[in-house]
Amino acid sequence: MNTKVTIAGVEFQNPIMEASGTFGSGMEYSEFVDLNQLGAVVTKGVANVPWPGNPTPRIAEVRSGMLNAIGLQNPGVEVFCERDLKFLEHYKDTNVVVNVCGHSAEEYIEVVKRLATESRVDMLEINISCPNVKEGGIAFGQDPKAVEEITRLVKTHAKQPIIMKLSPNVTDIKVMAKAAEAGGADAISLINTLTGMKIDVERQSFVLANKTGGMSGPAVHPIAVRMVYECANTVKIPIIGMGGVCTWEDAVEMMLAGATAVSVGTANFFNPTATTDILAGIKDYMIRKNIEDINSIIGVVQ
Amino acid sequence: MKVKETAKVLESSNLAQGVYSLRLSTTAAKYAVPGQFINIFSKDGSKLLPRPISICEIDKEQSALRVVFRVVGAGTEEFSKLVAGDEITVMGPLGNGFPLEGEKSVVVGGGIGVPPMLQLAKELPGTVVAVMGYRNDDMFLTEEFTDVASDFIIATDDGSVGVHGTVVDAMKENDLQADVIYACGPKPMLRGVAEYAEEKGIKCYVSMEERMACGVGACLGCVCQSTDVDDHSHVHNKRVCKDGPVFLSTEVEL
Repeated sequence: MNTKVTIAGVEFQNPIMEASGTFGSGMEYSEFVDLNQLGAVVTKGVANVPWPGNPTPRIAEVRSGMLNAIGLQNPGVEVFCERDLKFLEHYKDTNVVVNVCGHSAEEYIEVVKRLATESRVDMLEINISCPNVKEGGIAFGQDPKAVEEITRLVKTHAKQPIIMKLSPNVTDIKVMAKAAEAGGADAISLINTLTGMKIDVERQSFVLANKTGGMSGPAVHPIAVRMVYECANTVKIPIIGMGGVCTWEDAVEMMLAGATAVSVGTANFFNPTATTDILAGIKDYMIRKNIEDINSIIGVVQ
Repeated sequence: MKVKETAKVLESSNLAQGVYSLRLSTTAAKYAVPGQFINIFSKDGSKLLPRPISICEIDKEQSALRVVFRVVGAGTEEFSKLVAGDEITVMGPLGNGFPLEGEKSVVVGGGIGVPPMLQLAKELPGTVVAVMGYRNDDMFLTEEFTDVASDFIIATDDGSVGVHGTVVDAMKENDLQADVIYACGPKPMLRGVAEYAEEKGIKCYVSMEERMACGVGACLGCVCQSTDVDDHSHVHNKRVCKDGPVFLSTEVEL
């Protein structure tokens, strides 16, 4: 049985990774999950300097989902390299994808340049779609010209292949996928969270200090599948699918829709072993369906 | 060591209006210390996130934990309906407990901040004065505190029992002295207790609360403002679930 997939020349032992921001750099979940079993650890977004993030409350539960407005709190790339990448040295079987955030093109480039010499980093995921950060973040992800430009700029400086992480908060995500491809992206990942809002009716105020937050969880899964399908039929570069993946069925759905790999996000919060559970489910599915190579199911549903 | 497993309900009861007690058989009890919490999961798949609930009592011999919680929404409502024999998914113990360092301690709890102070009062060496605040005479865990504390002072908002006012009023009225004060309750109460401690030059630990998602320090949802730069993100945000919930009162902005 082959579970290996390849994205931009980088081989992953299996297509299951976790979604940025839901898993730290793996440290907190290493008590529950053998990180060596994952296709990749995708780190929490890292900027050029430490970011404090948004005020609290940052979390709200909604039906079959949740809203978050963390605001990309992170320790900055220096601490990240010294501590988080060093920790990930212990897990040689898994790839490391570093999620990169910034307020401006210069900030993204600063991080990408710093990571260029880090051999533990296999790929970069460029976050141009965080709905909780006003400058940078989603501001880049909602304008195709900006997507293409930032992709091109980052690509010029990046030593590792780049994945552009797309926002679903757009009229037509295919346009953004095409823009990323035109800018030279090696792959795209989607979807980031959908902007939502929750109001406390007793207090008659917003639940989140940030008023709005990114919605994730099983409720968004069908939207993510649709968008992965649309993008897979629009661009030639590989897609990492994410959005509400909680079970192996959800992950297989993503691959059938055209994703080469799948990220598990919110599910980690209620099932710390979601990633490895999903992987086991996929292997059972492959046996039951006589699937020799996982690559053979990518995008077969047309 | 943290476990995520199915716990069996050994006992359930209603202690006061909206306040419930569950005794759970779980191996998490083996690793638990006072001041830690457990995540309890709803059986309703549309309620994704676990509910963080403080540990009220730890029974190492029987490998059981007691939690006492207030019904504040649909999740806790569901837990309030559990009866002996039912099963429920739990994860824990989570967070850091109270350092057991007072020789002469005051433990202070307000409202649903009362329960975690019980196991603490039991385990603290030396004399322990318990000061618990309630809204009115619909109180809970009073017998237990009477048993374990050297002295037990009650404060009620409406004055129906004990000191009329807050726990801080009760502390002032009794001019309480200690080497260490431990507190859990709403933020204004913690602020008041911390001020009292500072005036008297007493070391003070507070247990903080914030909306959480993962409960293990990964999502950065539940941060509180810290006076010093935090170890994780090198800003001023300590994680309540992982770095706390217990902090020195001087370590956090109250």
